[in-house]
Amino acid sequence: MHIVVNGAPLQVPAGTSVAAALAQQTPGTTRTSVTGEARAPLCGMGVCHECRVRIHGRTRLACQTVCTEGMSIHTDVGTAPGSATS
Amino acid sequence: MQHTDVLVIGAGIVGAACAHALTQAGLSVRVIDARLGGATAAGMGHLVVMDDNPAELALSQTSLDLWHAWAPHMDAGCAFTACGTLWLAANDAELQAAHNKRSTLQAHGIACEMLDATALARAEPALRPGLAGALKVQGDSVVYAPRAAQWLLDQAAAQGHLIFEQAEATHIDGHTVTLRDGSQRSAGAIVLASGIQAPQLCPGLPLRPKKGHLVITDRYPGTVRHQLVELGYITSAHHSDGTSVAFNVQPRPTGQLLIGSSREFDTTDPAVNNAVMARMLQRALDYLPGLADLNAIRTWTGFRAATPDSLPLIGAHPEHPHLWLAVGHEGLGATTAPATAQLLAAQITGGTPAIDPTPYAPARFAGLNTP
Repeated sequence: MHIVVNGAPLQVPAGTSVAAALAQQTPGTTRTSVTGEARAPLCGMGVCHECRVRIHGRTRLACQTVCTEGMSIHTDVGTAPGSATS
Repeated sequence: MQHTDVLVIGAGIVGAACAHALTQAGLSVRVIDARLGGATAAGMGHLVVMDDNPAELALSQTSLDLWHAWAPHMDAGCAFTACGTLWLAANDAELQAAHNKRSTLQAHGIACEMLDATALARAEPALRPGLAGALKVQGDSVVYAPRAAQWLLDQAAAQGHLIFEQAEATHIDGHTVTLRDGSQRSAGAIVLASGIQAPQLCPGLPLRPKKGHLVITDRYPGTVRHQLVELGYITSAHHSDGTSVAFNVQPRPTGQLLIGSSREFDTTDPAVNNAVMARMLQRALDYLPGLADLNAIRTWTGFRAATPDSLPLIGAHPEHPHLWLAVGHEGLGATTAPATAQLLAAQITGGTPAIDPTPYAPARFAGLNTP
């Protein structure tokens, strides 16, 4: 199955979570904290919210989302003012 | 046994402010805190002038003046933001209440102004159309209370004689406080500022836990500019019984939105009550429909320490000459900590309080004679 991460195409097995797909790519991060630090999935079960990414323009939890064909994922949530809504 | 002039139990915003005021008065202070987490860490940190009665107004107005004096010196982590409050009127009756509130506040020299429906829509475009107007109270502000409490302790330590100990007090007897490990600390005066935990050390205090829920969203900068509170809050916030919710949204400096509020008695269960949370969020959606598209990232609860008349207990314990109380601030602890501390320090040092201490005197309640 084909997905697109930050504009770059990536092939993953069916059933792969977005968090697992991101882990196969460098740098494997999901977002940027208020103080500018890189964040990556931590709990893997939808609690910590560290894995917030943008999927088709909406904020989703990478660990709770399964990849679908053609899915477009952006890992820039929170990198700039207003980016969470953009 | 190590002796200080004063021993403060509790390092939430009220205890920290008391320690600060007492060291400023030249006294040596020991602060002990068990890190149990109380209302300071759970609340919104809304610094708001409240005028339900003259005593509440005096305490909150005096406190806001002090907060504004401190603000330029506080570090960025304290997140002090003078965003102001908009008291939202949904209909003509609430608009009349807003006018009445304006008259009261202006009579006390508090800057505020009416916004009509058009001005309100311009000020806060995310609000639903059709609101009647709002009262804007410019000086109301927001702070991150846990950090502000630490800042007050740091100031106290830098400018005066302050000892901080992480420890749990288990018993108060005269000048002596016993800790969980059995060791003892003595002081000329003991200040009990441990909020909802206080009755464990001083049974008989008229404090009831009043549970509240909060939600915080992801970052959506610019969505909301002022702390937004429905005027219905005034009638719902102090209901003594029954579960109630009221629209109350705060813009954090990070762009996050803090969403409240709820009030629930007769429970000490810290778990999120989904039914109450749902009511609270539905109320928020009534005012800010766009919230439905935003991501919430955390929900939590906390317990306010409520007194029967909604005023805090500040002053001498009527039965224990060395014991002073600074508890029962319900949802206004962050707001009223500065004036509480000033009032208590003046009483302990024999100084002249800036405001009349009578309405807050613990002796107003019968049944405070249980040690």
